[in-house]
Amino acid sequence: MPSARVKMVLGRVAQAVPVAVGVVVISFLLTRALPGDPAAYFAGPAADEASIAQIREALGLDKPLIQQFVIYVGELLRGELGTSISTGQSVAADLARRLPASLELTLTALVISCAVALPLGILAATRPGSWVDHLCRVLVTAGVSLPTFFTGIVLIYVFYYLLGLAPSPLGRLDFIYLPPERVSGFYLVDAAIAGDWGTWLGALKQLILPAVTLALFTLAPIARMTRAAMLSALSSDFIRTARAAGLTRRKVLYGYALRNALLPVVTTLGMVFSFTLGANVLVEKVFAWPGIGSYAVEALVVSDYAAVQGFVLAMALLFVVLNLVIDIAYALIDPRIGLT
Amino acid sequence: MAEISMPSARVEKAGGTLRHIAYVLRTNPVTMIAFAMFAFFLACGVFGPALAPYDPLASNAAVALQPPSAAHWFGTDNLGRDVFSRVIVATRLDLMISVAAVALSFLAGSALGAVAGYWGGWLDAVLNRLLDTIMAFPLFVLAMGIVAALGNTIENIIYATAIINVPFYARLVRAEVNIRRNAGFALAAKLSGNSDLRVLALHIFPNALPPMMVQVSLNLGWAILNAAGLSFIGLGVRPPTPEWGIMVAEGANFIVSGEWWLALFPGLWLMLAVFTFNLLGDGLRDMVDPRKRT
Amino acid sequence: MLSIKDLSVSFRTRKGEVNAVRGVSFEVAKGETLGIVGESGSGKSVTSYALMRILDAGGRIKTGDVTYDGIDLRRAAEREMQDIRGREISMIFQNPRAALNPIRRVGHQIEDVLIQHAQATRQDAREKAIQALEAVKIRDAEARYHAYPFELSGGMCQRVVIAIALACNPRLLVADEPTTGLDITTQKAVMDLVRDLTRDRGMSSILITHDLGLAAQYCDRIVVMKDGEIVEEGDPQRLFSQPRHGYTQRLVDATPRLGVSVRSLLPADSRAAEPAHAVGDRPLLEVVDLVKTYRGKSGPVQAVKGISFKLLEGQSLGIVGESGCGKSTTSEMIVRLLDPTSGAILFDGQDIAGIPAAGFARHPRRRDIQMVFQDATDSLNPRHSAAQSIGEPLARIAGLRGAKLKARVEELAGLVGLPLPLLSRFPHQLSGGQKARVGIARAIALEPKLLILDEPTAALDVSIQAVVLNLLVDLRAQLGMSYLFVSHDLNVVRLLCDEVLVMRGGEIIEKGPAAQVMSDPQQDYTRALISAAPQPPAKAHAA
Repeated sequence: MPSARVKMVLGRVAQAVPVAVGVVVISFLLTRALPGDPAAYFAGPAADEASIAQIREALGLDKPLIQQFVIYVGELLRGELGTSISTGQSVAADLARRLPASLELTLTALVISCAVALPLGILAATRPGSWVDHLCRVLVTAGVSLPTFFTGIVLIYVFYYLLGLAPSPLGRLDFIYLPPERVSGFYLVDAAIAGDWGTWLGALKQLILPAVTLALFTLAPIARMTRAAMLSALSSDFIRTARAAGLTRRKVLYGYALRNALLPVVTTLGMVFSFTLGANVLVEKVFAWPGIGSYAVEALVVSDYAAVQGFVLAMALLFVVLNLVIDIAYALIDPRIGLT
Repeated sequence: MAEISMPSARVEKAGGTLRHIAYVLRTNPVTMIAFAMFAFFLACGVFGPALAPYDPLASNAAVALQPPSAAHWFGTDNLGRDVFSRVIVATRLDLMISVAAVALSFLAGSALGAVAGYWGGWLDAVLNRLLDTIMAFPLFVLAMGIVAALGNTIENIIYATAIINVPFYARLVRAEVNIRRNAGFALAAKLSGNSDLRVLALHIFPNALPPMMVQVSLNLGWAILNAAGLSFIGLGVRPPTPEWGIMVAEGANFIVSGEWWLALFPGLWLMLAVFTFNLLGDGLRDMVDPRKRT
Repeated sequence: MLSIKDLSVSFRTRKGEVNAVRGVSFEVAKGETLGIVGESGSGKSVTSYALMRILDAGGRIKTGDVTYDGIDLRRAAEREMQDIRGREISMIFQNPRAALNPIRRVGHQIEDVLIQHAQATRQDAREKAIQALEAVKIRDAEARYHAYPFELSGGMCQRVVIAIALACNPRLLVADEPTTGLDITTQKAVMDLVRDLTRDRGMSSILITHDLGLAAQYCDRIVVMKDGEIVEEGDPQRLFSQPRHGYTQRLVDATPRLGVSVRSLLPADSRAAEPAHAVGDRPLLEVVDLVKTYRGKSGPVQAVKGISFKLLEGQSLGIVGESGCGKSTTSEMIVRLLDPTSGAILFDGQDIAGIPAAGFARHPRRRDIQMVFQDATDSLNPRHSAAQSIGEPLARIAGLRGAKLKARVEELAGLVGLPLPLLSRFPHQLSGGQKARVGIARAIALEPKLLILDEPTAALDVSIQAVVLNLLVDLRAQLGMSYLFVSHDLNVVRLLCDEVLVMRGGEIIEKGPAAQVMSDPQQDYTRALISAAPQPPAKAHAA
């Protein structure tokens, strides 16, 4: 007889299945609706009607939509995402190659923004009305108003053009460095493993500006949620009991209030990750970062349907998995949830 | 003894509403500033073309890439067009897109969320899965996909933005309706002869409005950012139409060579508009919440 | 032991400074139990928070001395206060489940306090925590150690809270409304436990409550507070037989107990004669074999297991029981907000059980059965003025508009004693008693034949309760309504009702005339309910 917890985990997984199905269907439909004729593209500018029709047949684009969908799902289950028109490589390989760049950027940005937003939110909640509180609120309101592409450009202007501190925004590594041997795909990790500190520093310098741009964007919702959750926890009855029992301020704050407040913050982090994947696209364009975001934009512009489809699908499925993990983690942390 | 009359109670209530709005504005300087700024942007949107000193589309190669001066407050761009005029005129387009998109998603999301939150059951389950599916796509990516698939028109930007915003309203309304579904006043409304639908629409939903106001203002800001972002990557409004996102995108090419004014002014203006909407949120909520009345 | 002299506490609010406590002085001797009794807003809780120095951010002690065992609590450093809290002076609160950390096991919460005050090391903390749980008479203490608060009942949570408070053997216990929200039998068990423990350990205690009867039963001395000041002080017997202050007299009068009539709850100068209400012999309501089954997580749950009873025309029937007995479910089915699983509800000869709840709103019978809800705040639409709330049934069912609607609303306001200027106010601008009147006015607007009252005075101060109960008696005679009065409070039910049903576990276990059931209960459970209700000492003069 499986325990209640196991049943709950399985239940959550089962709930995620229809979402995954919906994602697959929607991404299929979206990309089939893209303008442009992939057959013509493949055939080349010199091709005539007959060879285009031939290629169309070879690609299976003349079959009815349902049949195309079935073939598509079949290929999907084999791990095949099709071939990119512009790069000529398999989309799956393309994505695998470029994913680490985006992940490195997003994770660095999240780490930076958590490092600032969490303490800020906690301080603002414990000292209501103080300058920290006002700073937090102004930062939050300003933060959600910032267009990422604009802040990126301004940062480049100030730190590269005016101050000359940052390197030119041309990607992950300045051309004088060679990328380190690929272990994880994260330049910082790989360079450290190889002991190549020159490259490590070079990669870091390139990473800072785009990561800060992204971090400014994610700072606001995390700080706001932390402040709200802490305020709500601190005004709860059980905090009053803890104080009346003589527990120290530190214990009350961290042991009791913070742990309760972390639950909604964890949920927010999941949402923020989703936004960031979106904001990624813009930041990657501004900083010429070779991640999956810029891959998608390039593919969209040339109607490379397989690449766009693969990208949308991969991102959505990644998000579903991430949410599932966060849901399960949340349920495991909060003892109240396991039994509902 | 003071007399209260029912028909004139409606008139008194309207007067009371105006007085309450004035009270909120008076006691909250931040809200006052936000509304003033909003009024300013609204004016730009409505009277934009009349206020612009130059024709936003008129190019003049002779004065290209000039820094801000008395003649051109925001300078000129690479085609000699006046940046200030373009920025002002772009207000109308961006405001229109965001208001339309938010209105659509507000209506659709509220209806779906209210129904799911009140009746629950399979309606609720289906809606939840649908919303999960929409939210599974990184929002901006979904917007990109929709616009790319349906075509590069302003209507499609509005639809795409509306679709990706529906889940927020639906979730919020669903939660608020769910809390109040069995509240005393909802049951009392049923006892007073209101059908379920009337109770939901006229009694429960209006009480969910205050928290939604904050969401509405945030969304107005997001919608503008969304539209600008889409234009930035070439998927939204097409040049030469003036739009804040496009202007930043075009200006980005020149920033590394030092011509900062092409990108900075549209960007700052964009930020200011979004900031205004975000500040509005709390004030709007206070105006709509009867509990803030004294 | 504890001495408070001239204490004044004020709060900084948006409307300026509010003086919650004004010049309060009292003492607590060693081993004594002092009761602080007052209605809402009297400042009784704030006094205790001030002495423990756990006031909210906006509050501060303006003047006064608080001395505990020679230590000046007001000027002590925060570190010293942290030491004193929990080890010397402990506090327990109302709403026990909310008072415990929801994501931490109860055993660990007790350990936190033990370790904080160096009463245990990490090694023996667990053992001592289990001992603390056993001391508050929790069975299976070792198993309960691992429980989370949501897994425990309200009464058990309160025992855990008491265990935390007494873990370090303090010498003074402050109990702030510890029985609010608990069933009446649980209430008695908790209060007995506190009394036994404090007596065994030679502790002093302060009991803060709005229930004068409860304080009279468990306290050696009582202090009565009103509007931040102490109005009277004395032992329970003297307070009840010879109250000196007018307010104490009002409180004493308003406390429901055996042997008084509903009129005697009111102050002596406002007691009009109690109107008689005629009881016909035709049944207005007949409930036959009513069943309600819910689908629970582990199989079906029967909330109501097939009950049958009759309500005659003009009669007032009370349904009494503790939480979970099914009385609220029954009343919801009768008023047709909920569909029964099976059974008949014959109203005026017509079976209305078959009409689905969703469609009943537009049924002609809707106007004949109305309800007064428990929480007046929750039952009024925050966006509607009092006039709109009262006018809603008139507009929707009776079709009144304009001047006729206005006239009728004003007439109803007069009937329930609501001053006309208040009609344009919103719920948050009205007091608890005023909101209760609005709820009653709305319920009687269509002159229903049957009025169901679901704990209508549970959330009200005792003096307001007295006024509302008398209002209900007057309205009943004026409008000829039958009452179905649902409550957990036997004393209140007895005052209003001719017959009473006692429910437990979804079944009716006893029924009969109210006076008879109260004086000569047949069932053990009924006996337990009656004895659990705190009975204040009898007054010297007849009611």
